Amino acid sequence: MTRPLVGLSALVLIAAILTLDLARAGAPDLFTAPPALAYGSGQAPSGAHCTAN
Amino acid sequence: MRLTRISLVLAVLVVLGFVLVMAGARSALLLAVGLGLGLVLEGLRFGFAGPWRMIVTDRDGRGFLAQLVAIGLVALVAFPLLAGSTELQAAHAPVGLGMILGAFVFGVAMQVVMGCGSGTLINAGSGNIIGLLALVGFIAGSFLGTYHLGWWTSLASAPVISLQGVAGPNAGLALTLVGLAAVAALIIARAAPGKRMPPARLWIAAGLVAALALANLVIAGQPWGVVYGLGLWGAKVAQAVGVDVGATAFWAAPSNALYLSQSILTDVTSLTNIGLLIGAFAVMRWRANPGAPAQALTLPAYGAVILAGIVLGYSARMAFGCNVGAFFSGISTGSLHGWVWLIAAFGGSLLGIRLRGVILRPAPVTAGVRA
Repeated sequence: MTRPLVGLSALVLIAAILTLDLARAGAPDLFTAPPALAYGSGQAPSGAHCTAN
Repeated sequence: MRLTRISLVLAVLVVLGFVLVMAGARSALLLAVGLGLGLVLEGLRFGFAGPWRMIVTDRDGRGFLAQLVAIGLVALVAFPLLAGSTELQAAHAPVGLGMILGAFVFGVAMQVVMGCGSGTLINAGSGNIIGLLALVGFIAGSFLGTYHLGWWTSLASAPVISLQGVAGPNAGLALTLVGLAAVAALIIARAAPGKRMPPARLWIAAGLVAALALANLVIAGQPWGVVYGLGLWGAKVAQAVGVDVGATAFWAAPSNALYLSQSILTDVTSLTNIGLLIGAFAVMRWRANPGAPAQALTLPAYGAVILAGIVLGYSARMAFGCNVGAFFSGISTGSLHGWVWLIAAFGGSLLGIRLRGVILRPAPVTAGVRA
């Protein structure tokens, strides 16, 4: 397999996961979207990180 | 060639616009950060697993030193930012038996597939079949790891220890920089003459990676990470095929349950992961010659790559992160576990370098045709 074909396969894999997710979880609610920057927002951090347990 | 490049730029803008419209400005910015990281890592050949191998096999310390420079630059800004803000969180995790074992095993596996957390995404996006197979395994492994994380952390484990927590923000930063300098001194001592000073390419890459990692911190409120997003993707796929993921302790925790129920486009690490992959793909397609495909392997060797990918993901979950979340972000935000991860993973890396040649057997070449 050529590199472009393998790279495209990787993109298709991600697109498939995203499509599956959008079909199940639905689109995000833009009205509850966080401010563009967390820093200076006054909100406590809410994201999930690899260090989560 | 020109048409390909114009198409690439347009495609990237369309994806960014799609995420902006679907999930808002923060998600689009994080995707852009991931894209930038993908462009830098692939375009300037800044990596993690490769330089760890090079210092051992070729006594070439330039790539490893560039990593330390990037971590130091992030620490210089991140420590004061974290000290003065309640909106940002560091990558702090406990040191424990499971964490140390996980980091060691991760070090082994990352040398077998020649790709760490970020490297696997970059390799897959840039068209390396080993990277793509390892990525599939990584997604499965980091999800499987969430099933047993509670057990691993129930083994001997210390509380979360941070250098700023022990010594305060200024002294914590000083300790971090001294630690990085000590590791750099070891690398310089090991490296052969002429293989000590990073070339301009790596200095630029280190600066850009640091800037993008800091952008990640300011935008997301948390440091750069990889593993959580991949585990979340695995959980989403498992849910789709009927697995009751929410019944597990990890995914039943309120914060994780929330991300499980929401779109991937709201998850910080998922967005940067997607950006990394697209960025690497864009660099590969931008080049006039995308390069030769990875050397074909025997079928059992391809199976071993997937297995190594699973191990990579599982062990990263045990270790509270990979080279990015634990090593890069852990150390640059003062977590002791980042330093322990470095030692354990480097030990595993020494074993992985020896195992790679044994496990990844090239396919035989017959009559001029690669099998």
